[in-house]
Amino acid sequence: MTRQQVLDLYFMDARFKLIELAAFLDRVDRAEGQADFRLDAFRQAVGELDGNKPERAKQVLLAFSDPTAEPIEKAPGKGAVGAWPGKGG
Amino acid sequence: MRYIEPHGHMVSRVTDDYIDMVTAGCACVCEPAFWAGYDRSSVNGFYDYFCQLTDYEPKRAAKFGLPHFCWLCINPKESEDVKLAEEVVALIPKFLDRPNVLGIGEIGLNKNSRNEMKVLEMHVDLAARHNQMILVHTPHLEDKLKGTRLIIEVIKRDKRIQPERVIIDHVEEHTIKLVLDAGFWAGMTLYPESKCSPARAIDMLENYGSERLWLNSACDWGVSIPLNVPYTALEMKRRGWNAEDIDKVVYQNPLKFLSQCKKFKLPKA
Ligand SMILES: [Zn+2]
Repeated sequence: MTRQQVLDLYFMDARFKLIELAAFLDRVDRAEGQADFRLDAFRQAVGELDGNKPERAKQVLLAFSDPTAEPIEKAPGKGAVGAWPGKGG
Repeated sequence: MRYIEPHGHMVSRVTDDYIDMVTAGCACVCEPAFWAGYDRSSVNGFYDYFCQLTDYEPKRAAKFGLPHFCWLCINPKESEDVKLAEEVVALIPKFLDRPNVLGIGEIGLNKNSRNEMKVLEMHVDLAARHNQMILVHTPHLEDKLKGTRLIIEVIKRDKRIQPERVIIDHVEEHTIKLVLDAGFWAGMTLYPESKCSPARAIDMLENYGSERLWLNSACDWGVSIPLNVPYTALEMKRRGWNAEDIDKVVYQNPLKFLSQCKKFKLPKA
């Protein structure tokens, strides 16, 4: 596909998602109380969109990932929350 | 068009889904054993589930003209209880000769715990002893990268396993290369809220080529879209892919992988 074709096919969708993302961050700011590790990971991931770095999708996924290598002692439950709480989290 | 749905949890879907899939050109569906959404209380629950996957569900699918195959295991979400897992692994050989059983799956990891690793190793050993193919589930979200690395280590360590007879499912941009470079097949799961969107799956196909890759909807009892494979084929068409290249991804590739199991036969179209 040419860049024009990519824009024709995906620009409106990406624009929509970008505004949703901005509104989400505004909503978090307006709310009260403490945030947690998820917001830090989110802000770090947003930073990956900046500039002309390659493989942005991969870098965003890595920003949310558990980077450790050893299995954990016991599964704390079944679910995942989308961001790594860090060691001891 | 024609396509194969290589990963669908049909016991949680309604008959309308079967009608829609067949109408869209589905040639067969393969159903890996899965967590029920709650923990089964004993090995008897698995006995009943395996009967459902190997007897009742293929009959239900046949009513709509759809061949149904399955994979058997205890899911990583229930692997913290190693004793129960041992009982289930001991039960599975009784079902391996049933005509629609393709192999062991979807095994793997969920939270990357030591007990999950033990149960994964038990399943890999079971597959090796019975010369079965393997379908692997990789963990969700933040746990996927680490889990994928651990799974690759475990399977590579067992020299009886041929990587080309193993598919590692739910890859994303940060895990696809690890899986393909290790010689395995890789699955991309098309979910509306997590895993992979149609657009991103096609990006990965364009970046990594379409060898040893398949697409699936992994539709189950959660938020999922049973027709996401044909919807992705439609998006490939909008992006300028030709019919032959689309057919390779959505039909010929799964056919090639699954045909390594002698029991996998499709009726002549
Ligand atoms: Zn599944």
